[in-house]
Amino acid sequence: MTTPRIYKTEAIVLRQRKLGEAGKIVTLYTPNYGKLDAVAKGVRRPKSRLGGHLEVLTHTTVMLAQGRNLDIVTQAQTVESFAPLRADLQRLSRAFYAAELVDRFSPEGAESYHVFQLLLATLRRLAVARNVDTVVRYLEMQLLGLSGFQPQLARCVNCERALAATPNYFSPTAGGVLCPSCGPEAAGSRTLSLNALKVMRLLQSGSFAEVSRVRMGPALAQEVEMHLRAYLIHMLERDVRSAAFIDRLRREGFWEPAEVSS
Amino acid sequence: MDVTPSTAAPVVRLIEELHKLPGVGPKSAQRLTYYLLRAPQEEARALAEAILEVKEKITFCSICQNVTDRDPCLICANPERDPSLICVVEEPLDILALERTRSYNGLYHVLHGVISPMDGVGPEHLKVEELLERLKGSSVQEVILATNPNLEGEATAMYLGGLLRPLGVRVTRLARGLPSGADLEYADDLTLTRALEGRQEMS
Repeated sequence: MTTPRIYKTEAIVLRQRKLGEAGKIVTLYTPNYGKLDAVAKGVRRPKSRLGGHLEVLTHTTVMLAQGRNLDIVTQAQTVESFAPLRADLQRLSRAFYAAELVDRFSPEGAESYHVFQLLLATLRRLAVARNVDTVVRYLEMQLLGLSGFQPQLARCVNCERALAATPNYFSPTAGGVLCPSCGPEAAGSRTLSLNALKVMRLLQSGSFAEVSRVRMGPALAQEVEMHLRAYLIHMLERDVRSAAFIDRLRREGFWEPAEVSS
Repeated sequence: MDVTPSTAAPVVRLIEELHKLPGVGPKSAQRLTYYLLRAPQEEARALAEAILEVKEKITFCSICQNVTDRDPCLICANPERDPSLICVVEEPLDILALERTRSYNGLYHVLHGVISPMDGVGPEHLKVEELLERLKGSSVQEVILATNPNLEGEATAMYLGGLLRPLGVRVTRLARGLPSGADLEYADDLTLTRALEGRQEMS
């Protein structure tokens, strides 16, 4: 796609890194231009007019000017800052994870309208949802589908027979569910309970409203998370770093939203 | 680098060394090199010795983790400073900024980083254990969380807040608002909201 010399776009800020004296390189996720890096000059100075509008995990409208190498942010205006997300470590840790996941699954400049909408919806949900982990599971499965890595959950990936209503197997290397006769021999396969399979199918083809109505006990939620995480790591061929922070918060029992008096 | 091969090797070497410094481009490196060439011998020696000295003598203060040439550091060892107050900052440079204000008389604690889950930096990579250790059985009454007011800084402050409050110490966060000399129309919503929340009686 040829882009004009100066163009305007919506974007969600995925990450930032420092550049020079007071600048930053911001990684933006846009509905029409995909993921792109842009230079934001002077944003680390307190008086910067851009800085606050380019904070990580904000939905913003930016004006970009084509640069020789990277594009340059000339104006920015916050659309949504998802304030409740920033005031609660549980929500925030999931949002970091969501941003990292979208970043990892998106090659620079790939077409991206649906992923943008998914990320936007995810951030809005994370700001209000009672169960933030369900929001994340839905994002994971939907993102896999949009990126072309959808796991096969309808039938056994090996013998292609329909699955019986019994515990089956799930193998990231095989790319989906295996029946009880094919499962045990497949590499990296682990047992998949019938309820977990149902939840995963719903995550894949249901709406978020349908998914959020499902009441999952801790054991079931944990099983679904374990399978999906193994699958994601296999597809990405690397760890999702933000997951470690979520695990840590759980270990330390950080369940209450942390408030800092100011 | 656009230095001709005919340039003397020591000059090229200095240009290349200076170029490695943050914020120094090839042109600045050349300018600095030719300045030093013309500068008096003593000035060049003083610079070289200053560089060697920081590398050889500077360590971390065992109390506040700031960079120092003696342990405990000048701030921690100063009896004039209020030991019931600890200000937690991300980097040693932040102490410099806070000291410039001359309006803080407590002690500091340097985390040497900030929680950044996407870069794989968790609390275990920061000087958090040292802070907890320091608070144990101490007379500290208030911990001021002075991490940067960006997302990573907020995450770090929230995490520390959750960790410290059960210890019975007062935990506060630097106020957020409008910088002096700023324009309201360019302020982002979050800053404006915080500025409204933190409004003060005119005195």
